Parts: sequence; structure tokens; C-alpha cells
Amino acid sequence: MPNLNRPVSSFRKLSNLAFIGSAILASVVVLAPLVAIFGYLVMKGVGSLNLAFLMHLPKPVGEDGGGMANAIVGSLMILGLGSVLGVPLGIGAGIYMAEFGHGRLVTLVRFTADVLNGVPSIVVGISAYALVVLPQHHFSAFSGGVALGIMMIPTIARTTEEMLLMVPNTIREAALGLGIPQWRTTLQVTLRTASKGVITGAMLAFARVAGETAPLLFTAFGNQFWNLNPNQPTAALPLQIFSYAISPFDEWHRQAWAGALILILLIVIAVSAVRVVTSRGTMANNA
Amino acid sequence: MGVGIEVNNLNAWFGKAQVLNEVNMKIGPNAVTAVIGPSGCGKSTYVRCLNRMHETNPDARLTGSVKVGEMEIYAPGTDAVDVRRRIGMVFQKPNPFPTMSIYDNVAAGLRLNGFTRRAELDAAVESSLRMAALWEEVRDVLKKKSGASLSGGQQQRLCIARALAVQPELLLMDEPASALDPISTGKIEELIFQLKTKYTVVIVTHNMQQAARVADYTGFFLMGKLIEFDKTEKIFTTPSDKRTEDYITGRFG
Amino acid sequence: MVGQTAGVKPFEHIEVPHIELRSSRISKLLDVLFRNGLLICALSILAIMALFFYELASRSQLTIAKFGLHFFVGNTWDPVSGDFGALPFIYGTLVSSFVALVLAVPLAVGVAVFVTELCPRSLRGIISFTVELLAAIPSVIYGLWGIFVLAPLLRTYVEPWLAKALGWTGLFDGPAYGIGMLAAAVILAIMIVPIIASITREVLVAVPQNQREAVLALGATRWEMVRMAVLRNARAGIMGGIILGLGRAIGETMAVTMVIGNRPEISKSLLAPGYTMASVIANEFSEASDDLYLSALVEIGLALLIVTVIVNACARLLVWSITRGRGGQAHA
Repeated sequence: MPNLNRPVSSFRKLSNLAFIGSAILASVVVLAPLVAIFGYLVMKGVGSLNLAFLMHLPKPVGEDGGGMANAIVGSLMILGLGSVLGVPLGIGAGIYMAEFGHGRLVTLVRFTADVLNGVPSIVVGISAYALVVLPQHHFSAFSGGVALGIMMIPTIARTTEEMLLMVPNTIREAALGLGIPQWRTTLQVTLRTASKGVITGAMLAFARVAGETAPLLFTAFGNQFWNLNPNQPTAALPLQIFSYAISPFDEWHRQAWAGALILILLIVIAVSAVRVVTSRGTMANNA
Repeated sequence: MGVGIEVNNLNAWFGKAQVLNEVNMKIGPNAVTAVIGPSGCGKSTYVRCLNRMHETNPDARLTGSVKVGEMEIYAPGTDAVDVRRRIGMVFQKPNPFPTMSIYDNVAAGLRLNGFTRRAELDAAVESSLRMAALWEEVRDVLKKKSGASLSGGQQQRLCIARALAVQPELLLMDEPASALDPISTGKIEELIFQLKTKYTVVIVTHNMQQAARVADYTGFFLMGKLIEFDKTEKIFTTPSDKRTEDYITGRFG
Repeated sequence: MVGQTAGVKPFEHIEVPHIELRSSRISKLLDVLFRNGLLICALSILAIMALFFYELASRSQLTIAKFGLHFFVGNTWDPVSGDFGALPFIYGTLVSSFVALVLAVPLAVGVAVFVTELCPRSLRGIISFTVELLAAIPSVIYGLWGIFVLAPLLRTYVEPWLAKALGWTGLFDGPAYGIGMLAAAVILAIMIVPIIASITREVLVAVPQNQREAVLALGATRWEMVRMAVLRNARAGIMGGIILGLGRAIGETMAVTMVIGNRPEISKSLLAPGYTMASVIANEFSEASDDLYLSALVEIGLALLIVTVIVNACARLLVWSITRGRGGQAHA
């Protein structure tokens, strides 16, 4: 019979302390890069950020000044094109999975969406190249939009599905019981009830692809000049940051930091805009 | 005005499990009919078959015929949406649309059926809320407050108003008071008493006293079968089936 | 029987407007159109996946036919003479991902355990939010930071020390460039921590509270409780998270391209420059002038696609099997 009255052994106490210590240490080590990255972004970015950066075209090597105005506008254009493709298809697929979610087909679609989420963005880039650039024989904002749109679909589909599944079934029954047709019930009652979550999901997908570089390398391709024609090669902020970062010029490095700061701000603004818009209207808050 | 109902040889399944077995029932217009029975006896499924809500469950199956007024609701040419618009339903738990105001909740059925004329919409919302005895309590906050911000009893009356706004011919109520306190329950019962002057009402309840208080006719279900259907007085005083007697005297279920 | 009270007025006194709702025949047609439209959206997801495979497979026929399996064991990458072997890239991808996992897994599990089991409620939200922020930072910004902050740091402080202390293993041999396999692995580790941590947190939360209490009531310390009740129950889920992280590391392109050095050589030392499958595509695809070169790059893409699909499928199946019933099944 072991002696159960003896105190907790010092080995057990020590290993418990070691455990707590290493969990705290792990958390600190994980959070450190975040602080470092944001710190450097602000430190290096703010210094190079000025009105010219936001308003002007890139200058040739050797000349100081210039900016990324064309890349900012180009990014917005490519993202806009991507959203036009990705948001409706993603939300539609999500609705189908949530509201008609029975049977093997839907399980297969759900599974494929999850796997698609893990496909490397560079592979998406090659596919968009083969799909759009090769037949057209030129790079374009449009092909970049296709690449980003494709990347948005699975994310949006899955968040939409999850948000719709959170709507209690009694709400659907209430609407169907009033003799409201299925399509109106889904769009104007179920989707409306889940709208905040669905919009947030779409915005998060937008923010995620906003920083994507690899899929644009051989689709939008980049451009040193103004271009508003979706059928032409177009500059994009992440592409510009990439090519400036790996260049040998200090001035371009500075601009890369400024571009990175703008990119992060764009992403933060996109995400917080949603928070503001969806939290407005006290009506739904009572729910 | 209310309509009569005629149910013939109704069978219903969930997957392989049969939940209704050869039900036959004939209900006259402008009467309140209570459906009682132990839980799992199929009484909820039964009313959901009367407005084709049963089939919204993907595993559900059904045979037989249900005639509401002149309309055979399971006839091949009949549209389920049309059926549900003409037959109102109130559910067990109050289920107002959470993102809509009180006004929008009541108007939802009309609006989403394509009816948008402002003046009539206002009038319909007011009359429905008056009928549901909710008008006085909410008239000042109609468009300001969400339907979900009301108390449970008010929510259920809101759901009744919402069902009445599309002017149904028949009103189905699936245990409408089971989630409510006694005072709210009393109000709903008074309401049912008034409702039958204009509508035919079928109400599912697990509460026998409630059935005795509000219903003109009562049907007793057991294991998917309609055991007995008669005037309420007869069911509760001199039932003809032994099983009905056992149930109403509390000997089982 | 119920009498009339002040609450419910007799209906005769209520005026009801005359409303006629027409039953619309269009609504049925719209329902069918709606459903099929949504079906097309859902099928688009399957179509995209099929399209990826079709495009990449059909456009890499040249090298598949010419080199066969030798493509994946060949050591030379010489676009000029048309000799293509992808082994250096495969090696780079595997080694950088593996080292990243070794660095990231303990950290990610540590954070997840800290957040779910140890940390005060007030800190919990902040830490989770910050970890999620890490996931939101674009890859190109990680790369930028890697070039200008991480690489100099590694070059001046970490790598000389590693060479001195562990140089005898051969893993940390040669000059300290900063840029190289180690830098890539560290950046990858930072990038995949949020993925592993968030999945781990999810499965830890899913461990029922009574399991923890049962162990604590036996007189276990916190550590024994976490080890016996929490981690053991969550093993498979954590594994799923790790595999998902691996998938991400294998396919990660920009940040790695910017810090790995981009030299197609196989070197035992982690301090030496390397090259990965994703980076070689990123760097050379738009310069690939002839069809064979392009086909070789597309074939690398195809290999990347196949590997990541398998990895992700395994991870999802693992995670699904644990969190089954939550979000997976539709309403009744």
C-alpha cells in the first residue's frame, strides 16, 4: 500500500512550474514578431510616407521621390474585379450548402472548399495564367481579378454557410408558414438575419486576398505607369512592394516600407469599416 | 370566414419511421379543434401536414389527402407556397424575425408576397395587431423596436398578428402557449376564443385543461393514430375509447 | 368558458382592410431558378478544383513525357541546355517546412494551452486577437520584414553563435549570410503558428470540462491535468492543425522567395541559401521563354498542387472527425 499521505513530490511541483513557465514563454515568443513587424512598419513606413507617395507615379532609379499612386489604384481595381467574381459565387455556394445542405454532393462541395482554401496561391496564379492570360496573349488586371476572385470563393462560401446555419430553424419556418416562397425566405429573411456575419466573412476574404502577391505575378504583372484599362497589365501594391524590396536601392526600400504600411492600413480599414457598418442600427442589437 | 377541413387516409413518415397512420378527420368551419396526446404521438406532425410544412424536412414523406375549403392541398397542381399563405401557422416558440421592427414583422407576409401599397399595409398592420390584442402596447414603438425586444407573451401575440396579416382561412397553432407564463397563456386563450368568430382554428396542446377551455372539438392521438375525435365535452366526460379515458384521467402519458 | 376582458376586444369592432393576394405562378419558377442558380455557385467550387488539375496537368505534358519520374530525382536545373530536375526545390521545400514545423509546433501548442487553460480571462481575448492578426499580415510584408530585420538579426547574432555551438553537426556550417534556409524556416514558423494555434485552441476548448475536473479531483497538478485530460483528448485535432500548418508552409511563396536566397543547390547546412518549389515558380515563370522550360515550372506547380491537396484533405478529415456535429450538419 503506497503512502498516500505524503506531500506532493517536489518533482511534480517543479514540472508543473516548468509547464506554466514554458506556456507563458511560448506566448511571449509568438507575440514578439507581431510587435516587431508592426513596430518596423510604422517606424520605417511613416518616415517615407507623404502626399507625393500617394499621388505620384514611381520615378526611375536614381531619382528621389515618386510614389505608388498607380499601384494603389491598380490594387483597388483588381480587388474590385475579384470581388465581383468571388463574392456572389461564394455567397451563393454558401447558401446552397446551408439551405439545401443534405446529401453527398454538399458534403463533397464543403470538403473541396476546405481543401481549395489550402491550395497555394502560386498555383492559383499559374491556373489563372493558363485560363485567361494565355488565350488573351497578354497580362491584365482582369486576369489578376480572376485569380483573386477564385481565392475568395471557398472562404466566403464556408463563412456564409456557417453564419446561415446559426440562424434558428424557427425563423425559416415562420417565413415559410406565412406562405413566403423559398427564394424570398432565404434571401429576405434567413440571409437578412445572418447578414452581419456574411458581410464580415466577405470582408475578411477581401482583406486576405488584398495582400496576395503570388497570384498576381503572372496575371496583373505590374506596370510603372497609370492604367485604368482592365485589359492591360496593371500595377498592384503587393507586387510593387515585392519588386522594390528585392531591389538594390535604398530609396526603393524606403518606398517598399511605405507601401507595406499603406497595404496594412488598407486591410485594417476594410476590416474595421465592416465592424462600424454592421454594428450600426440598434434594432438588430436587441435581438 | 373560416373553412372546413377534410383529412382522408393521411400517413406520414420521417425517414423509415411512420409518425402518422391512416388519420381521418372532418372539421367544420369556424370551430376550434384541439389535438391532444402524449409527446411523440404525432400531433405536431399532424398540424404540419395541414399546411404542407411537413415536407420542409428533407426526410419527410406523406400520403393521403387533405382538403381545406375547396382546395385539395396535396393535389399535383397545388403550390405549397400558396397553401401556406392561405393557412396561417403559429409555432411553439415565438419566432419573430429578429432583424425586423414590430411593424416589419407584421407586414412581412404581405410585403414578401408582393403587396406594397403603403396605406393598406398600415391598415393591415393595425388591424392585425388589434386582433392579436397587442396594438395598445406597441403602437408607439411600431417602427422603433425590434420584434425580438418584446416579452415572450408579446412576441407570441406578434407572431399571431403576423399570421393574421395575410388573412388566412385557417389558423394552425402548435402548442402556442407552452413557452409562456400563465398570464400570457390566459391572453392567448382569450384570443383563440375571439379568433373562431373569423377563422377555423386547429390547436395542438399538451395541456388538457387548455383543450377543455378553448376547443369545441378534440382529437386524441396515440402513436400516430387518431384514437378518438368528438365534441370536447364528450371526450372529457364520456370518451368511448378506453385509451382516451386512460389518458384524460392521467393514467398514462 | 372564457369571458371577454379588457385585453382582447371582440373582433366585430376591428376594421380589416380588404387585401387580395394573388397567387403568383412566377414564384414557383423563381424557386426553381433560385435553387439551380445556387447549385451552379456550389458546383463552381468543384469546377475550380477540377480546372486547376486539368490546366496544370495538360500544360506540363512536355516535361512529363520527356523526363518522367526522373524529373523529381534529377539534380540539375539548367534552362539553357534544357535539362530539368526538380530535386533541389523539393529538398528546399521539405527542409524549410520541416524546420518551420519543429519551431512552430511547440510555440503554437504552448500559446493555445496558455490561452485555454492558464491565462486570466481578461488576457484571453487580447492574445487570441493578436495571434489572429499575425495570420492577417500579407506574405509580402513578412518577406519585407524578413529581408531587412530578421536576416540581419540572424546574420549578426544568431548564426555565428549557432555555428560555434552546433557547427560540429554540419547543420550550421559555412558563412553566415542571414539570407538562407534558416531565415526561410523562421519566417515560415511565424506564419504557421496562428494556423496551428487556432485549430489547437478549437480542439482544446472542445474537451469537456468534466474531464479536467475529474483529473484535478484526483489531486493532479495543472500540468498533469493538461497532459492527461486535455492534450491526450485533443491529440488527433492538434495533429490535424499541424498538418494544415504543413500544407501552408509547403505552398508559401513570397516570404520564402524573399529570404531563402534562391540558389538551386542541396546543402546540408541550414545557413546556406536554398530554393523551394513555390519560389522557383514565382521567380522564373514570367521569364520562361521556351515551352519546355514553362512545362517544367508548371509540372512543379502540379506537384505542389497534388501534395497540398493530399495534405489538406488529411488534415480536414482529422479535424472534421473531431469537431463533427458542429457546423458540419445542417439544420433538421
